[in-house]
Amino acid sequence: MGKTSKFLKPFLVILLCLGVIGCASIPTGFLKPSEDSLAKRQLQIRQYDTTDEEKIITSVAGVLQDLGFTLDASETQVGFVAASKKADATSGGQIFWAALLGGQNAVAQCDKSQVIKVSVITKPSQDEKKTVVRVTFQRVIWNMMNQINRVETINEPAMYQKFYDSLSKAIFLEAQKI
Amino acid sequence: MRKIKNYCSIFLILCLIVTLSGCATPAVRALETDASQVKLRSIQTRAFDTTDKKKMMQTVISTMQDLDFVIDKTDFMLGSVTGSKFLGYEVVTMSVTVRPRGEKQLLVRANAQYGIKSVEDPTTYQDFFTALEKAMFLTAQQVD
Repeated sequence: MGKTSKFLKPFLVILLCLGVIGCASIPTGFLKPSEDSLAKRQLQIRQYDTTDEEKIITSVAGVLQDLGFTLDASETQVGFVAASKKADATSGGQIFWAALLGGQNAVAQCDKSQVIKVSVITKPSQDEKKTVVRVTFQRVIWNMMNQINRVETINEPAMYQKFYDSLSKAIFLEAQKI
Repeated sequence: MRKIKNYCSIFLILCLIVTLSGCATPAVRALETDASQVKLRSIQTRAFDTTDKKKMMQTVISTMQDLDFVIDKTDFMLGSVTGSKFLGYEVVTMSVTVRPRGEKQLLVRANAQYGIKSVEDPTTYQDFFTALEKAMFLTAQQVD
């Protein structure tokens, strides 16, 4: 009996190690539409009463420049524009609480800068009488030590509202040739 | 004395495991995949009964946007769409290509990466094609 347990022990240790060390697996189901995709669509999509896609996409590029983005990539044949912008991400409140509760180390973990990525797609609507515009935002946030703090998709309605307000204005300006 | 020997052997075995089972990545490994080339193609590819490349690409884009992807690049001639999304701290990047197959069909191929790993799980791709065929109002056909 003693002999078997002696043989078993290293075996068990090995199994444990393999389990702990083995490469972490890839989660499944991340390409399945989530239940809130309809709500997101409503947030991200607007329709414009025109079939002039070229006008819309040039207005989009104009708006992105208005908002301080630089254009990264585009393919006008499928109505696509991508742009990005570096911005400040410091929040007075966050730094205050971190300093109060965690001292200097915690402050170093606070948000410092961010890169906002935006991609815009235009396409004809189902009945081909309107043009559909869909915009999505992402951001990557760095902390005071220049490490990536977090990455996220932006779902704040205010952000999308701001974009579409500017776009409506730009389409108007473009129509007036300003 | 015997006991020490015993401990030593366990320690050696542990060292061996650590070196052998770690995710080693010499340069050549970067081109390696777990599944065979043929199998991977069949997992990642579907055919659709349409020749409207532009509409297919726009549907691919809107499906990816529905799945939370932000589109990074696209090229009409190549028929490629590349996007990325965040899952916790990992980045999922996916590229989809649309190309003609014969006179009447389009071939759609998707491949995704999760962090530094290639996604080779059939059900994950099936989820994507299921969403795509719903958006396209066409059936995704398995290609041999």
